[in-house]
Amino acid sequence: MERIRERVIQIYGNLVSLLQKCIFCILSVGPIPNHIAFIMDGNRRFTKKCKLMEGAGHKVGFSALMSMLKYCYEFGVRYVTVYAFSIENFKRSPEEVQSLMDLMLKKIEEILKKQSIVNRYGVRVIFSGNLKLLSEPVRLAAERAMLATAKNSKAVLSICVAYTSTNEIMHAVQESCEEKWDEITLLNSSGAGYGLINLGGYEQDEMDHLIKLTDIEKHMYMAAAPDPDIIIRTSGETRLSNFLLWQSANCYLYSPSVLWPEIGFRQFLWAILNFQQIHFYLDKLKKQS
Amino acid sequence: MPFSLHFSPTPLITAPSPLSKPSFLVPYYHTLHAPKSPLCFSMEHALTHQGKQEAFDLRPEDSQTLPLGLRRDAMPSHVAVIMDGNRRWARLRDLPVRSGYEAGVESLRKIVEICCKWGIKVLSVFAFSSDNWFRPKVEVEFLMSLFERGMQEDTGIFFRENIRISVIGDLTKLPKALQELMVNLEEATKNNTLFQLIVAVSYSGHYDVVQACQRLALKAKCGLIEPSDINVSLMEQELETNCTEFPHPDLLIRTSGEFRISNFMLWQLAYTELYFAQSLWPDFGEAEFLKALLAFQQRQRRYGV
Repeated sequence: MERIRERVIQIYGNLVSLLQKCIFCILSVGPIPNHIAFIMDGNRRFTKKCKLMEGAGHKVGFSALMSMLKYCYEFGVRYVTVYAFSIENFKRSPEEVQSLMDLMLKKIEEILKKQSIVNRYGVRVIFSGNLKLLSEPVRLAAERAMLATAKNSKAVLSICVAYTSTNEIMHAVQESCEEKWDEITLLNSSGAGYGLINLGGYEQDEMDHLIKLTDIEKHMYMAAAPDPDIIIRTSGETRLSNFLLWQSANCYLYSPSVLWPEIGFRQFLWAILNFQQIHFYLDKLKKQS
Repeated sequence: MPFSLHFSPTPLITAPSPLSKPSFLVPYYHTLHAPKSPLCFSMEHALTHQGKQEAFDLRPEDSQTLPLGLRRDAMPSHVAVIMDGNRRWARLRDLPVRSGYEAGVESLRKIVEICCKWGIKVLSVFAFSSDNWFRPKVEVEFLMSLFERGMQEDTGIFFRENIRISVIGDLTKLPKALQELMVNLEEATKNNTLFQLIVAVSYSGHYDVVQACQRLALKAKCGLIEPSDINVSLMEQELETNCTEFPHPDLLIRTSGEFRISNFMLWQLAYTELYFAQSLWPDFGEAEFLKALLAFQQRQRRYGV
């Protein structure tokens, strides 16, 4: 009886998988997003809603993440970015922060295993953020994961950890200024302009010459990935919460009401259909700029 | 004791809806969006601005009462708006594009009036993006003349109603006369305190960050700071929103059902609640604004924690 039940579940699973593949075939007639980003919101609310033990929501959330990655890579989305841990999240209770760091450490080890999704789909893993803020074990694990997957070239998974967009932009601005610092120091040491320039009276040309948009962009933590085509934030909250602010300028924002651990194929499909509908117009905008 | 019953008009709202229903069923050019009011007379004539001095009807006693359901303690200090849908509005009515923009200006006037009444301190509007320079020349020239006309005509209102005007964006690309007008208006109204209208013209979020970065680099060049001194606070001082006490919008409203930011105030929108309204901007009136504010007041803001 048990064997029959297992068999039925297996057949059902295969049918669902086949149906999903058929849907992907049909959808791929239209444009496929190059980059999808996820704000994985609602894990704690899921824990409360299902009356689970503390931290269980995040574990279920990790399974949901694996499912979404599978859909993305099966469909042909090359870049996926996830907002795993914000710098602001360090303000949560120490127990919660520690539990999240422990989970992250455990899951980094898991995704490096041979049969994991990362190796199955040839995914290069990048950890984006101010990694110096992480504890040493987590930072080392992250660096190991980046090294181990550096040669994978079919797809990219950017995991934003110890990240906020304002920190990313500020860091990029700092790096851009430091890059110009040698040039500036040279000018100062030769006596050209040191302390004599009236800030209020500078020429526009001089300002433009100093730093350009591309100078800043190349120093972003997320420089390895193109701008996202879709940002999906679960749990019905409609805000970016300091995620990919710079990169979201012309991106489609989708905020389904499901909590992150509840996200599934339906929401993925919905996002793709909407994206395809507005893609033509967004493409025209990008070409103009 | 005499008394009178005041029936405030019932707002046309139901419970605020979560933003989980994308407009995927509606094609981008909203052919299903029927205009709400019949247009049986010369719309063009009706849309040209008349009686501008009467546009504001700020009764002092109204500023004390809010529509039903709105809580004064939870009003946003700074609301930002992407005024999208003017051209579609005109197309749906077989009117020239300029009529859409003129209707948009009327809509803006109404919203400014409502903000003053309901105690919102700052309203930022995305009037003209850096990307908009690529639009047809005739359209761009019309918009520049519309800005000039609007600012000249409303100068009296700004002074009378104690409204401060600030303009952000790369003004060097604007016609000289408009640049001068804007700079003079900013200077003349800088001490007004009731309400601040920030008009973003030739602006983008990328431009704002780049110009802040350039200013910081120039300070480094002058030896005032070192690159390692650059932090979030220094950045904020150089962003163009340093003209206001409330540089971060609490609420961003984008009309016409498009779900994107379109390069508006990217840094400043870090924790802003986003509200995407289906109406086209010229149709966005008090009822819609109330709906947006009620939805905002339902939100749980955690600022990332």
